[in-house]
Amino acid sequence: MYRYDEFDARFVRQRVSQFRNQVERRIEGELSEEEFRPLRLMNGLYLQLHAYMLRVAIPYGTLNSAQMRQLAAIAEKYDKGYGHFTTRQNIQYNWPKLSDVPDILDDLADVEMHAIQTSGNCIRNVTADHWAGVAADEVADPRPYAELIRQWSSLHPEFSFLPRKFKIAVTGAAADRAAIAFHDIGLRIKKNDAGETGFEILAGGGMGRTPLIAAPVRDWLPGEDLLAYLEAIMRVYNLHGRRDNKYKARIKILVRELGADEFTRQVEEEFARIDAPQVVPPEQELARISAYFAAPEYQDLPDDDPVHAKAIAEDAAFAAWASASVERHRVPGYAIVNISLKPVGGVPGDATAEQMRAVADLAEKYSLDEIRVTHEQNLVLPNVRKKDIHAVWQQLMEHALASANIGKATDIISCPGLDYCGLATARSIPIAQEISTRLGDDARQNEIGGLKIKISGCINACGHHHAGHIGILGLEKAGEEFYQVTLGGSGDENASIGEIIGPGFSGEEITDTVETIIDTYIGLRDDGETFLDAYRRIGPEPFKEAIYATH
Amino acid sequence: MPLIRNGDVIADSWVRHEDDAPLPADGDLILPLERLLHEGTQLAGRRGLTGVQLANTADVEEIESLLSCLALVTLEFPAFTDGRAYSQARQLRTKLGYSGELRATGNVLPDQAAFMRRVGFDSFEIACGQDIETWKNAPRAISLAYQRGYEGGAVTRYETNSACGASPAI
Ligand code: SF4
Repeated sequence: MYRYDEFDARFVRQRVSQFRNQVERRIEGELSEEEFRPLRLMNGLYLQLHAYMLRVAIPYGTLNSAQMRQLAAIAEKYDKGYGHFTTRQNIQYNWPKLSDVPDILDDLADVEMHAIQTSGNCIRNVTADHWAGVAADEVADPRPYAELIRQWSSLHPEFSFLPRKFKIAVTGAAADRAAIAFHDIGLRIKKNDAGETGFEILAGGGMGRTPLIAAPVRDWLPGEDLLAYLEAIMRVYNLHGRRDNKYKARIKILVRELGADEFTRQVEEEFARIDAPQVVPPEQELARISAYFAAPEYQDLPDDDPVHAKAIAEDAAFAAWASASVERHRVPGYAIVNISLKPVGGVPGDATAEQMRAVADLAEKYSLDEIRVTHEQNLVLPNVRKKDIHAVWQQLMEHALASANIGKATDIISCPGLDYCGLATARSIPIAQEISTRLGDDARQNEIGGLKIKISGCINACGHHHAGHIGILGLEKAGEEFYQVTLGGSGDENASIGEIIGPGFSGEEITDTVETIIDTYIGLRDDGETFLDAYRRIGPEPFKEAIYATH
Repeated sequence: MPLIRNGDVIADSWVRHEDDAPLPADGDLILPLERLLHEGTQLAGRRGLTGVQLANTADVEEIESLLSCLALVTLEFPAFTDGRAYSQARQLRTKLGYSGELRATGNVLPDQAAFMRRVGFDSFEIACGQDIETWKNAPRAISLAYQRGYEGGAVTRYETNSACGASPAI
C-alpha cells in the first residue's frame, strides 16, 4: 500500500490547518455561509437535511487495519458509532459538528487519510478496481497510476473550479469492476506488443439525469504521457464545459454537444502543445510509487488446501457463503474474500465501529493487513490464505458480517436518499430494506442467481440505478413518492444504460413490482441464463406485460 | 479598487477605456478585446502602455499576434467558482509564452490567491474592504504542491526542500 512520505504528510497537515482557519472564520462570522460553502465542499463537508455530513476519501478503495480502526474511532468519537461506505469508495459520517471537523481531519491525517476533494466542482476521489493487485485477470495494477492521479489532482491550481464535479476511474483488468464507462474519464491499462504499459482513454460517461456511456478518445496512450493527456482533457473541459446550467455542466454534455470526434480533436490539439517533460513527473516518481504496491510476501502454497476443502465439504452454511464471497486470487493458495455490508433487511453500506474494528483485526491477522472498499458498498479482504477462510468466516459471523449474498438480489446498492440527503425526492434506504427482506431467503436468492438492484433517491443517480440490472429511481409528484423502474443496465465491460420500463410505482407497489420482474425472468430464462443475459435476449416486452397486467 | 502586487497594495496606473471615444495620446490603457483588435497597429503611435481585458469566454489565441505589444492582460472571475480564467492564464503563460503582467479581476478572494499565482497571475484587483492581512497570509497556507510545471513558488516533490515555507508574496 502507498505510504505518505514527509512531503505528503506535510501537504495534508497544511491543508488541515488551512481548513481549520476557514472554519474559524466561518464560526466567527467573517465568512458567510455562501462564501464558506465552496470552501467546505472542497473538503468533503456537506450540509444535509439534519446536520453536516463529512465524506472521507478512501483513495482507490485501499485501507490498512490502522486506517480502518481510525475510521471506527472517528465514528465513535464524533458521530453516532457508525459510518456509511458509499458507491465511490468513500466513507461518510452523517452527524459531525462543524467545530469538530478540523479535529477529525487531523485524526485522519494521523493515519495518512484526508477528505480533500470528496465534493465540490473539482477532481474527486479517484476510484479503481477493488481487486487491484490480486485479481486473476489483471493485466497491470491500476493502483500506482491511481495514486499518481490522486497526487496530481490534489489542490490542482488550474482545475479546482470546474463547471462541475469530475470523476476518474482506472482499471487494469479485462473485466471492468470499476465501471469506467460511467465516469468523466475512464482509464483502462493495456500492454502493447512490446510489453509497454499504456492506456485506453474514455471520456464523457456519467449517470445523473442524462446517463451516457463514455466515448473512446484514445485507443493507446503511452503510460508516461498520462498526466499531460489528462491535463489536456481537463483544460478543454474547464474552458468549454457549460456553466449556464448545472444539469448540463458535466463533461458528458460537452462531449455529446461537440461530438466525440471534435472533442477528441480539441484535446489532441491541446495535448500537442503541452510541454510534457515540464509537466509529467520524472520517471523515478512512478517507480517510487509502484514500489509501495509491490506484491507482499506471499507464501509458496499449493493451490488446493485440504483444510478448506474439508470445511467446504462438511459445513453447508460455510460452503454457501464461500461460493458467494470467495474469488480466485492470482497467487496459488490464496483467495479474495468479499465481505457483504448488506445484511438482509439492513442499510446498504453501513458499518458500526465494532464491525470496522472486527474487519481491521481480520485484515491484520489474515489478509496481510489489507482491506478494500468496493463501489458496490462492500468490503474485501484481498489476501487470505485458503486455509484461513473458514476461521475468517466464523469471525465474520460473530459480527453479523457473513451474509452470503455478494452479487445476488439482496446485494443492493442504495444511496442515502430522503433519510439523510437534502437533494432527495424519495426514500431509498427503506425501499432497499423492504426488497432485501422480501428476497432475503437463501433458497430464493440462489434460485434468482446473479442480480444487481440499484436504487437512487433522486435524479442525481448516486445509487447508480442506470447501471442496475434492475434500477429504481425515487421521484416525487404532488407530494407523493413514486418509483421509476429501469431494466437492463450494466456497469461492467459491456456497459449499458437501463431502459425505463413504463409509468412509475408507489412506495407500496415497488417491492411487488420487483418480484414480478424477477418471476418473469425465472419463467422465461434459458438454462443457466442470468437476468441480464435474459433481458438482453428477450427485451422489455414480457416484463411490461407482466408488470402492467397485474396493476 | 485596491490592487495587490508583490505583496503590497499599490496604486493602479492603468485606466480602463471602455467607450468608443478616441484613445488619449498618453497614459496606460486597458482596452476591451474588440477595441484592441480594431485599433491594431494604430496603437503604436501612442505614448503609454497597452493592456487588454479578456472575457473568460475569449480564446486567448485571438491576441497571440499582439502579445509582444501588450504589457497587461486582465482575466475575469465573474464568480470565484467560475474557473475558466485559470486555464486562460495557463495557456497565456505556457502555450503563448506571455511574460507581461497578468491581472485577476472580478470576484478575487484570498482563498484562491495561491492557485492564481500558480497558473501565472501576478496582480490582483480586489474588492474594497477585504482584509489585506488575510491576503498576505493566504498564499503561505500551503507551501507544497504536487503539480509540476506551474509557477508561484510552491515546492514540488523533486525540488530541494530549502524553499519550503518561503512562499512568495502575492
Ligand atoms: S441520488 Fe439524490 S438522493 Fe441519493 S444521495 Fe444522490 S443526491 Fe441524494
